[in-house]
Amino acid sequence: MYSEKVNDHFMNPRNVGEILGADGIGIEGNLACGDVMQISIQVENDKIVDAKFKTFGCGAAIAVSSMITEMVKGKTPADALKISKEDVVQELGGLPPQKMHCSNLGANALRKAVEDYRKKGKVYIA
Amino acid sequence: MNIIPGDGMRKCYFDYVATNPLHPEVLNTMMPYFKEEFGNPLSIYEPGQRAKKAIEEAREQVASMINARPSTIIFTSSGAEANSFALKGMAIAKQNQGNHVIVSRVEHHSILSSARFLEKSGFVVTYLPVDKYGFVDPEAVKDSITKETIVISIIHASSEIGTIEPIKEIAIVAQERNITMHTDAVATTGNIPIDVKDLGVDLLSMAAHQFYGPKGAGALYVKRGVRIVPLICGGIQEGGRRAGTENVPAIVGMGKAAEIAKSGMSRRIEHCKKLRDKIIEGVLKIPNVHLTGHHGNRLPHHASFVVEFIEGEAMLLMLSMKGIYSASGSACTSKALKSSPVLLSIGIPTALAQGSIVFSLGMSNTEEEVDYFLEEFPRIINRLREMSPFMKKKEGGSKCYTGG
Repeated sequence: MYSEKVNDHFMNPRNVGEILGADGIGIEGNLACGDVMQISIQVENDKIVDAKFKTFGCGAAIAVSSMITEMVKGKTPADALKISKEDVVQELGGLPPQKMHCSNLGANALRKAVEDYRKKGKVYIA
Repeated sequence: MNIIPGDGMRKCYFDYVATNPLHPEVLNTMMPYFKEEFGNPLSIYEPGQRAKKAIEEAREQVASMINARPSTIIFTSSGAEANSFALKGMAIAKQNQGNHVIVSRVEHHSILSSARFLEKSGFVVTYLPVDKYGFVDPEAVKDSITKETIVISIIHASSEIGTIEPIKEIAIVAQERNITMHTDAVATTGNIPIDVKDLGVDLLSMAAHQFYGPKGAGALYVKRGVRIVPLICGGIQEGGRRAGTENVPAIVGMGKAAEIAKSGMSRRIEHCKKLRDKIIEGVLKIPNVHLTGHHGNRLPHHASFVVEFIEGEAMLLMLSMKGIYSASGSACTSKALKSSPVLLSIGIPTALAQGSIVFSLGMSNTEEEVDYFLEEFPRIINRLREMSPFMKKKEGGSKCYTGG
């Protein structure tokens, strides 16, 4: 059902957890659909140096969370916002059609985490 | 016993409600009808008549399993066809007497979709609620009956929660008022003793692959004297009630499977019940896991749960990586991405319904397999809970996160 990469990120998820005193936290999802994703980020000198996730959801949701936390590390918050849902799917080698919407919440959760970080105003970058 | 071919890893098939493997004796009985015995049962020459004789023997075997007369058995392609045939065929046959149909909220999709079809065609359908165990209350059936009620259809046991419904009591209610009573017995036939005379139903659906028979074979019992309008029109097969050249090998297989089920039923029940109870006892030791359906009055080969804070498909996948195959009613596992209506109808909140998981057993399963499963399952739950954003809610004192 899933690509090898999805299975790998599901069975061996990277960056599971929550950053204590995170600079930004974003939560996205809907329990009726079955997926809720929380991403926390740590930013230093305009670079995302760490990202972690906690996810309630199916295999695809967990793999998406794992992958996007990998993709975002080392990026500036501005570049992080440019990561699209499609980028994550591509990195994962595709997702089944019915999983494209509900489970693919990583980009939205990340956007909310960056917005949260900017709101907190640790270092404001326009 | 490993019935799944593969890489040598231990495989535990715990999804017998999805389908059963074919009994080897059933396959042997079917083989000639794939090869030399290819005649059409309607043909009057010898090969045709041999095929005809074979399906009539199968009819006797299936009838005998449920204590019915052979002429009351109509072969269909599946349990879903039998259910659709029963509901639509009865409603249309009795449309001059009324337009009201009663079903429960824990029916299989083939009944619910047929009921919706009837609604669109002008019938009125009552969807009866169930209690927290999934039981339909015969008193509620009585109360929902109107002058217009023509058909009542209640599932014998739901394959999602395993609860066995009080069909006999409901059939008495129907009988007293001359209302036709159907039960979807796909999950129960061949797995628990069924006597249509004792149950008192007019129609009963079954499917061969639920008792080690082939896929593509089902049957509808229609009591003598009950009129039904065909779902599939054409030739005179099955007494003119179900057209289409008979699937002879599958029907022969269903007959043999019925014969074996009847003679081996008590042994099968004993075998499965022991493993089921071990699974229920072991799994309920894990914190924040709940049994769904009734504890005692349930299918002997069925154990179903909801696990808090995590999602069903993720559990299924992790179990399958360990060679353990099971099922879930979570939204993610359904193509429609909606939680199982059966779980919602027994009062399980949407969020908790996401954590649904069902284990169903059969003759291939062993105690060692259950031991292995009981070792792996708590680890899988822990791993997924570590990833879950809702685990911390529990520490805040809330028993279960039920938002959404």
